Amino acid sequence: MEYEAVIGLEVHVQLKTNTKMFCGCINKYGGLPNTHVCPICLGMPGVMPTPNHDAVVKTILTGLMLECNIATRCKFDRKNYFYPDMPKNYQISQYDEPLCEGGAVTLNLLAYPKDAQKLETTVVDKKVRLVRIHLEEDVAKSQHDEGQSGVDFNRAGTPLMEIVSEADMRTPEEAFAYLTALKQILIYGNVSDADMEKGQLRCDVNVSVRPKGQEKFGTKCEIKNLNSISAVRRSLKYEIDRQIEVVSEGGTIRQETRRWNDVKGETAVMRIKEQAHDYRYFPEPDLLPLNTSLGLRSEAEVLMPELPSAKKARLATQYGVSEYQASVLSSEVALADYFEKAAEAAKDKGLVANFLLNDYLAINSDLSTIAVPAPWFSELANELTAGKINSKQAKEVFGLMVSDNPGNLTPLEIIKAKGFVQVTDTGALEAWCDQAIANGARSVADYKAGKVAALNALKGQVMKLSKGQANPQTVGEILEQKLKAL
Amino acid sequence: MSMIHFSVTALRKQLAAKEISPVEVVDALLARIEAIDPQVKAYLHVDAAAAREAAKSADVTRPLGGVPIAIKDVLNVKGDPCTCASKILKGYIAPYDATTIGKLRDAGAILLGRTNMDEFAMGSSTENSSWGSTRNPWSLAHIPGGSSGGSAAAVGAHEAFAALGSDTGGSIRQPAALCGCVGLKPTYGRVSRFGLVAFASSLDQIGPFTKTVEDAALLMNVLSGHDPLDNTSSRQQVPDLTARLTGDIKGMKLGVPKEYFIEGIDPQVDAAVKAAIAKYQELGAEIVEISLPHTEHAVAVYYILATAEASANLARFDGVRYGTRAEKPTGVLDMYGRTRAEGFGPEVKRRIILGTYVLSSGYADAYYKHAQKVQELIRQDFHKAFEKVDAILTPTSPTAAFKAGERTASPLQMYLADIFTIAVNLAGVCGISLPCGFTMPEGDTPRLPIGLQIIGPNWGEETILRAGHAYEQSTGWHKELPPI
Repeated sequence: MEYEAVIGLEVHVQLKTNTKMFCGCINKYGGLPNTHVCPICLGMPGVMPTPNHDAVVKTILTGLMLECNIATRCKFDRKNYFYPDMPKNYQISQYDEPLCEGGAVTLNLLAYPKDAQKLETTVVDKKVRLVRIHLEEDVAKSQHDEGQSGVDFNRAGTPLMEIVSEADMRTPEEAFAYLTALKQILIYGNVSDADMEKGQLRCDVNVSVRPKGQEKFGTKCEIKNLNSISAVRRSLKYEIDRQIEVVSEGGTIRQETRRWNDVKGETAVMRIKEQAHDYRYFPEPDLLPLNTSLGLRSEAEVLMPELPSAKKARLATQYGVSEYQASVLSSEVALADYFEKAAEAAKDKGLVANFLLNDYLAINSDLSTIAVPAPWFSELANELTAGKINSKQAKEVFGLMVSDNPGNLTPLEIIKAKGFVQVTDTGALEAWCDQAIANGARSVADYKAGKVAALNALKGQVMKLSKGQANPQTVGEILEQKLKAL
Repeated sequence: MSMIHFSVTALRKQLAAKEISPVEVVDALLARIEAIDPQVKAYLHVDAAAAREAAKSADVTRPLGGVPIAIKDVLNVKGDPCTCASKILKGYIAPYDATTIGKLRDAGAILLGRTNMDEFAMGSSTENSSWGSTRNPWSLAHIPGGSSGGSAAAVGAHEAFAALGSDTGGSIRQPAALCGCVGLKPTYGRVSRFGLVAFASSLDQIGPFTKTVEDAALLMNVLSGHDPLDNTSSRQQVPDLTARLTGDIKGMKLGVPKEYFIEGIDPQVDAAVKAAIAKYQELGAEIVEISLPHTEHAVAVYYILATAEASANLARFDGVRYGTRAEKPTGVLDMYGRTRAEGFGPEVKRRIILGTYVLSSGYADAYYKHAQKVQELIRQDFHKAFEKVDAILTPTSPTAAFKAGERTASPLQMYLADIFTIAVNLAGVCGISLPCGFTMPEGDTPRLPIGLQIIGPNWGEETILRAGHAYEQSTGWHKELPPI
């Protein structure tokens, strides 16, 4: 029997705000333990929460970017449970009236893992629907040493957004693409840095399997301890195989929480879900309900960025780059912005895209930190377009400009220093061509015998004679004429 | 009459005229405390040296300049202990000032000591304190009421010129009535709760205990107003509450709800309150009989909603970050269990368990959500009443002070002490209690104060203060001194 997986994700995102969710403490990763704390985020007796305006606006912005319905009125609730990393032993969260409901994440091709991008099974632009997005406060971090435990409250009270998807994903690759696309949008909106290693984006996975064609969901397991997007993919692959094996051998899946072991590459039982935890939710009496129609929503609307799909379309039409190039360029806001600056003064924008995506990537795989001033790209491209240097010279100048430029020379300065000129004077070119034909009897014979490639050998000779300064295109034309006339 | 018997208003006049100095005032008060507090036990903690120091530099030109004020042990005063009369907060030193404390400091007040209370403000007699019970200044065999019994007794015994308390279901008004002083529960949102250790956040309000109605107005001028640290505090404008205390209440419409004059009310209380109503008529007020039909459900609704919130509010006392922690815990659950078992008293535990129960899945609909609906009906009762009348007159408590130990065995009997005050918190409106007479001495029980409650609509502090002031000035009950 053929089985299919059903996957839903719960993603927690730390919001990029100056201060914490309910107090004035700095919202910053790291720091010495318990240095970013105050009576409020420590849950001292008598303190009260004051909601962080920016956090609410950024959650609404996320909802707008993901096409959610934004509640006009919502409230906060207390979620009660005891744990040492919870300062108040209740978490201020949102239960039945979240800020955002509905919406979807679109899985664009580039969001999929590279090896899956060409697979037939990959559903491009699949929409994974969202259940809701709500706002809450993060908890502290427990640290366990031998015989004793400590709690660092620096993280306690950090604004946290929980994004819950529908169980719309069917493969580990879709889960990977979902997280990649979601992360891209979060960064686009400057909502979060969404770095999984720093815990800024955390993901719990729910997965079950069912015989293909069956509508009813199987019993699901939850996977925790996933510290990267690739771990999500690998853990799902492992867990789906495990569940299929159990079911196909006639066994049943037990509802449980499983822990991913990244080193061993397997999931193991963490706890068995006997019954749902009773969190005794009730409305947070220390906070008034939020009315988003009184300015919060319009503030978020102002912050609405050009989304990746729109940017991609615009780059393709405005700059005439290929659809693939537009996808890559729009994958990161910083890269797209850089490209636009780099291409601004260029006569041939496609040339700049090529420099950036082909030549630059060959040298440096990280496109997010380009140290070269963007206008240099146009400067170099225009020299090439004007025929003042040839493409080989341009490549060399580019290489020097990017990775071997102690004097911080501009492309024009490098060209000058290198003495690069392109010889287009036909008199000189013809002389070099004649010399190459005279010296290359063998190649001439080959060419005459129909080996077209032999022309390249002659062309190489001419380039050598010209010390690389000949215009290769013109050289080719002259050689062809001369050979035909022989 | 000695300096300690002055009202805040009278004291300020003397201070401003330099007839007396803040240091003399503090010394006189400390002497009074030293003389009688071993019997009254109103205070848990008095920092005499700090009070004397503050008196030296007091600026008497400010609204409360040089006036010593006692603080219920439920408010955070930076650098002071704040135990809420609970063992679980033993050793906790407040790291910050409550907003109201900051306002008192800005107004020039001298913070003098922390007053006793029922543990975490849960109780009506101050017998639930972990540090021993406070006694009524009018009879040391009797309780002062609660939960702000220490503040009420301190003002009633003239061991303080004024005090702060908190009122969740009557914890200011009931002890004020029983100790013969004035106590005001502001409209919900009128006074910032930041720094008040929460019992039931949606019902709690901080308010003053004073010797006169005018003093209550003076303190409310200082305490009221929006606080950016309290999201539930109102931006509603604060009028000068002392400005309109003219004594003239002609034409004021005062409602008398039939549901508040019921069987079980002490006949002497009933008579005193009815006499007060007659006095109002004499003063030119129009008395209107009204109905608050859902009154009988108030106590039940209160003990569901207040305990539900309390179960969450008190969850933070777990021994992890501050206060006491059980010795040698074997694990985190053992630490929680024993810290809380050893740290909380029986009434607090009872309410945490009750509150946890009413929020539990499967019960929340029948209890918590149902109670919320009934609360709305109680609120509607008041709003409808205030369409007809300016304020409402009721007894504050069905009886005068009872004897210590008399009701400790029966929580339900104790809960009924707040039967006339609870609905005011549920509706969010304001109320004041002021003296309206005394019981007759009987056997070994001396005469005990009786309180009149005046309930006003949202932001109706000005109205109830005006009504209270007019009555007070025409009767003079507030001038009576306790035997101690």
